[in-house]
Amino acid sequence: MSAFFRVAWHVMRKDLTVEVRSKEVLLTTLFFAVSVVLVFSFAIVREGRAPDDVAAGILWVAISFSGTLAMGRTFERERYNDTLRALILAPAERPAIYTGKLLGLLLLLGLVEIVLVPLIGLLFNAPILAYPGMLAALLLLGTLGFAAVGTLFAAMLVRVRSRDTLLPVLLYPITIPVMIAGVRGTAALFQAAPDESMARFWIALLIFWDAIFVTLALWTFEPVMTE
Amino acid sequence: MKHLTTPFIGISAAMLAVAPWIINAAPYESTMGLVQKVFYFHFPAAILFLLAATICGVSSAIFLFGKRPNADGWAIAAAELGLVFGSLTLVTGPLWARKAWGVWWVWDPRLTSSLLLWMIFSAYLLLRKYGGPGSDKLGAGMALFGMANVPFIYVSVNVWRTLHPQTSVVPTLPADMGIPLWFCFAAMTMLFLSLLSLRARLEHQRARVEALYLAEDEA
Repeated sequence: MSAFFRVAWHVMRKDLTVEVRSKEVLLTTLFFAVSVVLVFSFAIVREGRAPDDVAAGILWVAISFSGTLAMGRTFERERYNDTLRALILAPAERPAIYTGKLLGLLLLLGLVEIVLVPLIGLLFNAPILAYPGMLAALLLLGTLGFAAVGTLFAAMLVRVRSRDTLLPVLLYPITIPVMIAGVRGTAALFQAAPDESMARFWIALLIFWDAIFVTLALWTFEPVMTE
Repeated sequence: MKHLTTPFIGISAAMLAVAPWIINAAPYESTMGLVQKVFYFHFPAAILFLLAATICGVSSAIFLFGKRPNADGWAIAAAELGLVFGSLTLVTGPLWARKAWGVWWVWDPRLTSSLLLWMIFSAYLLLRKYGGPGSDKLGAGMALFGMANVPFIYVSVNVWRTLHPQTSVVPTLPADMGIPLWFCFAAMTMLFLSLLSLRARLEHQRARVEALYLAEDEA
């Protein structure tokens, strides 16, 4: 078991080292996420006031859009440098490689969310500090479910034609349950009279979907990555 | 199965031709009246929609983990039929809902997850059509995730409080409504099975032609 996590750790550290040196994915994803939020605020905010209960939806739309961008890039880099074959040939368990990729992506999206959440609070008057623990749990679990499927699909799409258009086409229908739970849970925290028990219900549902998605992804990564 | 498809299609065509008279002969439901009759098509289509998702998921799992190339043909056949029967479900449902609930569509768990499953089938077929080589494995992975939705749809009506009628309605139907329902169900299931086996056979033959073509290329 420790070998599994050691491999995952090494894969994650490799990805993050490349990322720290180039900052390519982080900067482009971050800029894109901020642009999405700004586009929404131009479209929705009238006379300095945003309509009630839109902040949660916009936050999750921005996360899913920018997340798709980041996912496409993490494996595109491997393909471009022809290092995917080396990664697969490495004497390591395939699910460990998947886990490392997933953890790297989660960390990256976490950094994006650290910028995104205050921005939403600023532009849409969302009370982001009212329940910081529950909001963090919703963000973490929602991003995990979304990224777990996304990492698997991005890995599988590396060898497929028109992968850039197909990633969102495949990813969004599958991850809608996670998105619904994330949006509804966050909306319950952001509304004028916050509903803690509702948010807790959606967090429980997120844990349920995360368990299904992560298990299925770990289980299918091995056969789909075999040549 | 191969020699059964022709009589199966004939029988189901005959049954579906007679179905309007049988449905017409069934009594009116006391509160919903005429609009309830759409149920005789809606329920079988919805069950076959879920069956298609299950077949697609199970054959994809066999294809991925059992390494049986033929299973992929069954998966793609089931996905295409799933889209057809799903569309049937999603068209007949709102026709009924407009009269019974006064709206075409509500975002309740069962309706939402049925639409989701329909979208997953569409995405799967888009991938198979435009993905090119290598998309068969990815499609199989996608189908597994899609299948995870099925129990969710089935249970959602009974667990969450929703507008959609409970699944327990079906066994408690009186005989004069139950008979037309199961008649339509049998006709549609036979149509489903014959189309499934025909489409899978076509896919197997296509795969075989492709393999021969590649072998020819190499020789």
